Amino acid sequence: MATEQENLEQLVNRRYEHGFVTDIATESLPPGLDEGVIRAISARKNEPEFMLEWRLRAYRQWLDMKEPEWAHVHYPPIDFQDISYFAAPKSDEDRPKSLDEVDPKLLETYDKLGIPLHERARLAGVAVDAVFDSVSVATTFKEKLSEAGVIFCSFSEAVREHPELVRKYLGSVVPQRDNFYAALNSAVFSDGSFVYVPKGVRCPMELSTYFRINAANTGQFERTLIVADEGSYVSYLEGCTAPMRDENQLHAAVVELVALGDAEIKYSTVQNWYPGDEEGKGGIYNFVTKRGDCRGANSKISWTQVETGSAITWKYPSCILRGDNSVGEFYSVAVTNNYQQADTGTKMIHIGKNTSSTIVSKGISAGRAQQAYRGLVRVMPQAQGARNHTQCDSLLIGKECGAHTFPYMEIKNPGAKVEHEATTSKISANQLFYCRQRGISEEDAVNLIVNGFCKEVFKELPMEFAVEAQALLSVSLEGAVG
Amino acid sequence: MLQIKDIHATIGGSEILRGLSLDVAAGEVHAIMGPNGSGKSTLAQVVAGHSDYEVTAGSVTYRDIDLLDLEPEERAREGIFLGFQYPVEIPGVNNAVLLRSALNAKRKHQGLDEIDAFEFLKLAKEKMAMLGMDPKFLNRGVNEGFSGGEKKRNEILQMAMLEPSLAILDETDSGLDIDALRAVAEGVNALRSPDRAIVLVTHYQRLLDYVEPDHVHVLSEGRIVRSGDKTLALELEDKGYDWVREAANG
Ligand SMILES: Nc1ncnc2c1ncn2[C@@H]1O[C@H](COP(=O)(O)OP(=O)(O)O)[C@@H](O)[C@H]1O
Ligand SMILES: [Mg+2]
Repeated sequence: MATEQENLEQLVNRRYEHGFVTDIATESLPPGLDEGVIRAISARKNEPEFMLEWRLRAYRQWLDMKEPEWAHVHYPPIDFQDISYFAAPKSDEDRPKSLDEVDPKLLETYDKLGIPLHERARLAGVAVDAVFDSVSVATTFKEKLSEAGVIFCSFSEAVREHPELVRKYLGSVVPQRDNFYAALNSAVFSDGSFVYVPKGVRCPMELSTYFRINAANTGQFERTLIVADEGSYVSYLEGCTAPMRDENQLHAAVVELVALGDAEIKYSTVQNWYPGDEEGKGGIYNFVTKRGDCRGANSKISWTQVETGSAITWKYPSCILRGDNSVGEFYSVAVTNNYQQADTGTKMIHIGKNTSSTIVSKGISAGRAQQAYRGLVRVMPQAQGARNHTQCDSLLIGKECGAHTFPYMEIKNPGAKVEHEATTSKISANQLFYCRQRGISEEDAVNLIVNGFCKEVFKELPMEFAVEAQALLSVSLEGAVG
Repeated sequence: MLQIKDIHATIGGSEILRGLSLDVAAGEVHAIMGPNGSGKSTLAQVVAGHSDYEVTAGSVTYRDIDLLDLEPEERAREGIFLGFQYPVEIPGVNNAVLLRSALNAKRKHQGLDEIDAFEFLKLAKEKMAMLGMDPKFLNRGVNEGFSGGEKKRNEILQMAMLEPSLAILDETDSGLDIDALRAVAEGVNALRSPDRAIVLVTHYQRLLDYVEPDHVHVLSEGRIVRSGDKTLALELEDKGYDWVREAANG
């Protein structure tokens, strides 16, 4: 054990001496986690000293933290020493050369989702230069943004090019020791996105991970930081509807949003991690910490998400309503099918005066899936005039699935107005027969009912995303009935 | 158009239809009457293809097709329409969306293009005016919070839009006030044509005052025990179902 440890350190140091940038960029680290590994990650990414120190601080805190056990999900214990914390991007030789070499089942799904042809190759991991050159698209995109003064780049690039911004805001919303997975992410995060919108600027386009140049391999410990300076606006789209397969089972991302005075951030996610097969084997464990801080007065943060993937999902996009009159919103559709488990929800923390929050959660369970909604509304004593409205609906398809709702309210200001409504409904055999008697196939009937159930959330999504989300739902629920 | 030959059908293991035969030709209106529980709705559901019912013997032929081989949606696209006795509510699904999906499913089956939004709205509003329905019903959830009468009108609206070849209306007249009854009758009469057939399941002579049937049948304990012309309905109204039962047993 000790010698192995020494070997690794030697290896790391030697590589460092020889200049890692080009040389070792294609190699992964062996499984295991200790300070040496963190130093190696930081060195390979050519990070400034402050970043390494930050990672190490997080690592030391993580060491004495415990995995949360209270989530309503079950999975075998994760061996954190059995994970490789630096996976280099696949070399072009290992990738399929063209779409002909890609799993036809995957292509069939792309087709059903209506994903444009030129996108399919990239999503399927085909070596990019073999198919099409995205650089021109990305370049016009970058020019437009820099004209407006918006910074949109990979997290690694931000650490190198804008260290003062990263230093100021990183960890300011999700502190390192916030929770077990956030601490782990802080120590070992691979890459992600960084956005800064300057004062008074309305970002001229939706920012999407689709167009991110370095999107290829953000890895299992993604880190995103979005800062909207005073009076600015930005809409950010995360993820895509294509099914994402990944050899890494554990994913623990952190997303931090900061909205200063009068600023607004709209963050939309359509997420479709591989959920595992019909027996529940092989899916992704997705443990994510997403939090927005309405730091200034009159700021607004809005989370909209449509999720269908993951074997296990554990996530609570939250808003801290610090500024007076700030607004937090959470609109969510979560679909669980087969053996998927999801424990999701949101937290709205009212601190400022006249803060308001809206929660609309739509959960759909089919097959043997179990889904839990966990929502916390906390109103602090100083939050005069705080208001919350929560609407939490579950739709069950079939007899063996379940939905559970756990609303938590901590109201420390007697003047607060907090409303909670919850419903559970089922797609009944009679509803389906009624539709079929009108000539509509069973599958289309389920889609009609599901889309009707979700429309309040879909209308919050940017238009094209909404269309994709609908297609995604219908693919996810294929064969759910009958 | 529709030939039902000696069918037996069960639900939950008990036999409800016990050797029922019925012949409906194009252009005809048939009325089916009979006491509660005699199997009228069962007959309608079996023709529509509800999977809770098992046909254990006999045959159902529709325009030379073996109907029992088809899925419910295929039967619908072939032109069979069932007006439900208890139309189900589908909260959240827009009435217009359901109507348009149904119409397009049928058009696709016929090799036609989808109807465009403008045409669809025009058609729907025209039919709603005929039935005395407020156009705002288009934007409500399917049958969601509708009164009994509104649900029945909505069934007739769907029928009017889909223009089926064979319409079976299961007690569409029950629980209607006189205005609603007239509206329903108007919808049915508008559909009448030499190449269509209509089967009215009803308890009352009332509807038949507005829609004149060519044939009247009395169902009892899963069989047709008597058939006749429209005077049979009047006679029934007069003498009640006991009279039929006695006649059947005696
Ligand atoms: N799920 C069921 N299991 C057993 N019997 C049923 C079921 N549903 C209906 N029935 C019975 O079938 C018979 C016929 O019902 P129905 O066709 O609805 O009669 P009608 O429409 O003439 O009033 C009734 O006696 C009813 O109780
Ligand atoms: Mg009945």
